[in-house]
Amino acid sequence: MSGTRTERTFQATGSWAGPELVERICERFESAVLGQSEAFGEREVTVRREIWPTLARWLKEDEGFEYLLDLTAVDYLGLRPVRFEVVAHFYSLSGNRRLRVCVPLQEERAELPTLTGLWKAADWYEREIWDLYGIRFAGHPDLRRLLLYDEFKGHPLRKDYKMKARQPLIGPGTMGGAASQSREDEADV
Amino acid sequence: MELSPVQRSLELAEPFVTTKLDKVLGWGRKYSIFNYPFVTACCGMEYMSAACSRYDMDRFGAGLPRFSPRQSDVLLVVGTITHKMAPVLKQVYDQMCEPKWVVAFGACTISGGPYNNYAVLQGIDQIIPVDIYIPGCPPHAEVVMDGLIKLQAKIQHQKHEV
Repeated sequence: MSGTRTERTFQATGSWAGPELVERICERFESAVLGQSEAFGEREVTVRREIWPTLARWLKEDEGFEYLLDLTAVDYLGLRPVRFEVVAHFYSLSGNRRLRVCVPLQEERAELPTLTGLWKAADWYEREIWDLYGIRFAGHPDLRRLLLYDEFKGHPLRKDYKMKARQPLIGPGTMGGAASQSREDEADV
Repeated sequence: MELSPVQRSLELAEPFVTTKLDKVLGWGRKYSIFNYPFVTACCGMEYMSAACSRYDMDRFGAGLPRFSPRQSDVLLVVGTITHKMAPVLKQVYDQMCEPKWVVAFGACTISGGPYNNYAVLQGIDQIIPVDIYIPGCPPHAEVVMDGLIKLQAKIQHQKHEV
């Protein structure tokens, strides 16, 4: 009995887009599609940065992906030739379909056009990515740090951010409280 | 025959005690703790458990949480304090009137706990003085009681400025 239940749950969450959508994307964007894959029923497309806003608009307006589920990034430092990848999950409420789109980004051009014009939800996602990975979003109305404070130096989820690095404390009466400590820590990493 | 005040009091059967001002102030202060729960994380659950009827901090005279730092005399720092939160904690501490005490409740407030990273303050004693450290992740309510009793002993035995 428990076996059937597990299977049913898996099917219920496995509402991913089929290969025909990927075919349509390839047809429309041709050489801008760098690759596609399917694992555990999850559909993924990797595309060039140039078509990012066009693809997103097309998915939203023509393919019914009305909902931006998630927007995040990965740092593949030392693992892949192209360092960063921005990852978006789109969801179609009307069609109950999901699609993952990845955009590889070179370190020296870590910037993408914003999606805030299409989804208001992209605002904080993009601020979070800027905050933690240092990837800029051109055209964003207010690209400030989201989670960390303004005085923070660097982007801590980048793999070359020193694990033991500590930033000076902020606020009144804490002038450089942890600063000396951070220098020691950085020295032994 | 002229009676001394002590003899007269005994004659009249009026009970009296002798003590020192310091001791009586300490006694009063340790049993009338108004705590300010600065709750930021999961330790808050254990604070609630310690404060509510099952363990009942009120048995030790600490049953009245105040949500204004100006009305409280023990700052209970319960949960992870991030670098971003640190100035807020410092300001709350500065707003409290003397005499005041600080309790570091749980591993995060003592040393950052499991979070040895860029975001978390590695111990609140980097920004404010701490009187009692209550270890645990989270501390059991009985450990909280033990810490509270130790704080009371500390209050009782310290010099009270009048």
